[in-house]
Amino acid sequence: MLKIGIPIFPGSNCDRDIYHVLTKFYKIKTDFIWHKKDKIKNYNAIVIPGGFSFGDRLRAGLIAAHSPIIKEVKRLGNDGVPVLGICNGFQILVESQLLPGSLIKNNSLNFICKWTDLKVRNTNTPFTSKFKMNELFKIPIANGEGRFILNKAQLKEVKKKNQIVFSYHNDDPNGSIDSIAGITNEERNIVGMMPHPERTCQSELKLFGLTNSAMKIFDSLIAYIKK
Amino acid sequence: MEILTSSELNYLKKKLNREPNLLEKEIVGAQWSEHCSYKSSKKYIKLLSKKWDRIIKGPGYDAGIIDIDNGDVITIHIESHNHPSAVEPYGGAATGVGGIIRDIISMGTMPIALLNALRFGHINSPFASNEIKTSIRTNNELHSASKWLLKNVVRGIADYGNCIGIPTVGGEIEFDESFTNYCLVDVAAIGFGKRKNLIKNIIQEDDILILAGSSTGRDGIHGASFASKELAVENRSAVQIPDPFMEKLLVEVTKEAIEANILKAVKDLGGGGLSCCLSETSANLNKGFDIDLGQVPLKYNDMDPEEIMISESQERMLYITNKDKLKSFAKILQKYEVPFAVIGTVKNHKNLVINKNGKTIANMPSHLIAYAPLLNRNGKKPKYIDDLRVKEISVTPPHDLNKTLLNMLANPTIASKNWIFQQFDHEIGLRTIVKPGITDCAVIKLNNNKFLAAKLDGNSKLCYHDPYQGTLTCLSEARANLISAGAHPIGIVDHLQFGNPENPEIFWSFKKSIEALIDFSNFNKIPVVGGKVSFYNETKIGPIKPSPVIGMLGLIKGMVGVSQIRPTAEDTLYIIGITSDNMGGSEYYEFLSGVKGGRVPPLDLQTDLNNSRIVLKIIKEQLISCSHDCSKGGLAIALAEMAISSNCGLNIDLDKLPNTCERLDFLLFAETPSRFIIGTKNEEKLENEFAKCKNLKYSKIGKVMDTGDNITFMAKDKKIINLEMKNAKRYYENISSIMKNQ
Repeated sequence: MLKIGIPIFPGSNCDRDIYHVLTKFYKIKTDFIWHKKDKIKNYNAIVIPGGFSFGDRLRAGLIAAHSPIIKEVKRLGNDGVPVLGICNGFQILVESQLLPGSLIKNNSLNFICKWTDLKVRNTNTPFTSKFKMNELFKIPIANGEGRFILNKAQLKEVKKKNQIVFSYHNDDPNGSIDSIAGITNEERNIVGMMPHPERTCQSELKLFGLTNSAMKIFDSLIAYIKK
Repeated sequence: MEILTSSELNYLKKKLNREPNLLEKEIVGAQWSEHCSYKSSKKYIKLLSKKWDRIIKGPGYDAGIIDIDNGDVITIHIESHNHPSAVEPYGGAATGVGGIIRDIISMGTMPIALLNALRFGHINSPFASNEIKTSIRTNNELHSASKWLLKNVVRGIADYGNCIGIPTVGGEIEFDESFTNYCLVDVAAIGFGKRKNLIKNIIQEDDILILAGSSTGRDGIHGASFASKELAVENRSAVQIPDPFMEKLLVEVTKEAIEANILKAVKDLGGGGLSCCLSETSANLNKGFDIDLGQVPLKYNDMDPEEIMISESQERMLYITNKDKLKSFAKILQKYEVPFAVIGTVKNHKNLVINKNGKTIANMPSHLIAYAPLLNRNGKKPKYIDDLRVKEISVTPPHDLNKTLLNMLANPTIASKNWIFQQFDHEIGLRTIVKPGITDCAVIKLNNNKFLAAKLDGNSKLCYHDPYQGTLTCLSEARANLISAGAHPIGIVDHLQFGNPENPEIFWSFKKSIEALIDFSNFNKIPVVGGKVSFYNETKIGPIKPSPVIGMLGLIKGMVGVSQIRPTAEDTLYIIGITSDNMGGSEYYEFLSGVKGGRVPPLDLQTDLNNSRIVLKIIKEQLISCSHDCSKGGLAIALAEMAISSNCGLNIDLDKLPNTCERLDFLLFAETPSRFIIGTKNEEKLENEFAKCKNLKYSKIGKVMDTGDNITFMAKDKKIINLEMKNAKRYYENISSIMKNQ
């Protein structure tokens, strides 16, 4: 049976939202995995949720990156298991060096919660196969440290290897380099993104001029693991 | 600082039949502070009706509980953190949020939404009246605090709620000179849970008291007493330090323990620290406690027993369970690495007994501590009220109404609050289907296709002119906000904020305000489920204007019953209700013209109810496509907001509008309550509905254009206002440019 794991840390706060989406909308068996667990098996995918793991102490994602569960996530990731990190999950993936770059305080120095337009720049990942190249879609962000940065050499590298998965369209809310909103590793099985696809799940959003199209990220993942 | 007044000390001596020691005086002093004891206000709060069907717990508890069927309950609580926020806005506001979240989890429910109502002195606005500008210039030092307070209060609320992961879904903000160098920070939390999971609060002898969370330190010493006097000296040690991460862990611990049925009683530690928490719990549950003060985890080893008992260190909870379940509870606490200690046991003797190093250092009946002797305060109508009412006011009618409307849109009390909302995570939890600004109130998803609407409202300018009518208008506005989203009101919470109650004129205003609350609640049969009173909101400049903040909750069954303020192209617009030219306390007078005085618009309870009923009915029957209440800034502002939200132009004809106004500027900006603007594509059916209502005043007022055209107002075939949409938007987004360089 297919199974997805959600690692949780003290301070994770989007864990139940992801769980709701995976279990209610996709009927996939989903486990919460406490950060101290040092042996996990039989997961078809891992989704690291948003939040403030360890209260963002020292630096967002830093302490979580050194937890036992992340060692296991690294092992699974190296075996090709799809791993998605959302918001704080992205920060953790960056801090654990599964993904390149750094995430620092937003340009405005404020926390920003709003809907933005995203552009798909790579459809060749387990999380984007259902999108068309350059497809635009609406998705909310909610972060204080969402400004993604790379040095010149790194930027050249990720562009060359086609690792940019999503970028902000028109308005770059955090001031990220090249408007990058999501990035993948060289093997394309690990993706980190600042925006929150799980927050687009409710069908009622359409009544208020919003869309559920960011759910294609989960549609893609489910199709991938069912293959 | 005197801990107790001499008559209170005498009362205590008489009841104890002996001299209390210093520790006992401190314990009683914290609990008998105005902040914790409600000794001035309790008599009046008791006049609120208590017999309501759906109310499981009403005023007087940590949070009110409303039954909403299917075994589900909603809890709600509101509190302010004014003094601390005025001294240290970031920590003061953040710990205010922390306090109400703990109140919600203490009931056995999980917090699902936060709201706030904020009041500051004027922030520098280039569009204000010359009077306001001059005042800002001459008192530059005092006024410069306003922006600093606003920025840090918003950040404090944001950092706390965002970190824990509870969406801040709604709010309200007002700027007025009476809050100069001060601020009012009201925060409300809404909880959701199962009736069967509510904490039973039944305990037995030998049950165990566990104190969990942060260690007890010297922060917040005398916080409750500090909040029970005017703000004369900035007492920083009375302000608590926020740690949202610890609070998040306590939320998770409580949730797991409730699900495992471990907890017999839960109480958060807030104002008055251990003193209030222990004495109130002991008195409410009718049992005694033997406390070993040596077990309390401390930040500093050399703390005195008095300091330990009255410290208001944040993020602490008291849990009571029995010996058998202690082990499984300890396991949960250890999982989250939350520090805890067993600090005492439940006894049948009904006293609060404090021991340290094997010696009893305080021993008093809990009821004596928990119930302060109530005061008889005198009220006297302030002279200024009649003076303001009859004052002759001459405001020259503006020759350029375009400019007037733009300046009104830029008024920070009215302007877009996007700059604030975007700093709050208002989406987490997947319940915020309707984002801020789409409807007149916040609407969040529950389950079983039920939605909860919530709104906070206040209007200190009206309440200053007439505390009774002003409070009624706040209540009416809160209800109108719920109605215009399509919600059926189910409960009220209030937070009554005034200056020093020892001043009879201020106490009179308080009494008038609570009278209005009682009258509105009884007339409309909407229960008051909880509330707070905060006195001594004064600085060297003087008392704040009377500032009751009203929170109201409503239920919506099914999403088709939600109405937005945003019209769609080609809608026909109607107004319901009469516009009268009572301009006292209006933003038009105060912000643009710099004048106080005049009559406030009267509110007729029956008309207010009738108009609300018809609007709710036509929303439910899906006869309309949008609705918006008409409040601060009046008709012109309400229409401009609708236009801006839809990006469609409007064409309004003022000639047929039901009104008693002699002047166009009054017609545009009067804040007469009980009015709604609605848009429809079903004119015929709608007018048939209207025709069925006796005495309903309404008229067709205009049309929504296709796209980003102009906002146009016609009177007697003349264009009196013709605003470009992008210009209107620029003025409306004015707060972000004022705050940008902060």
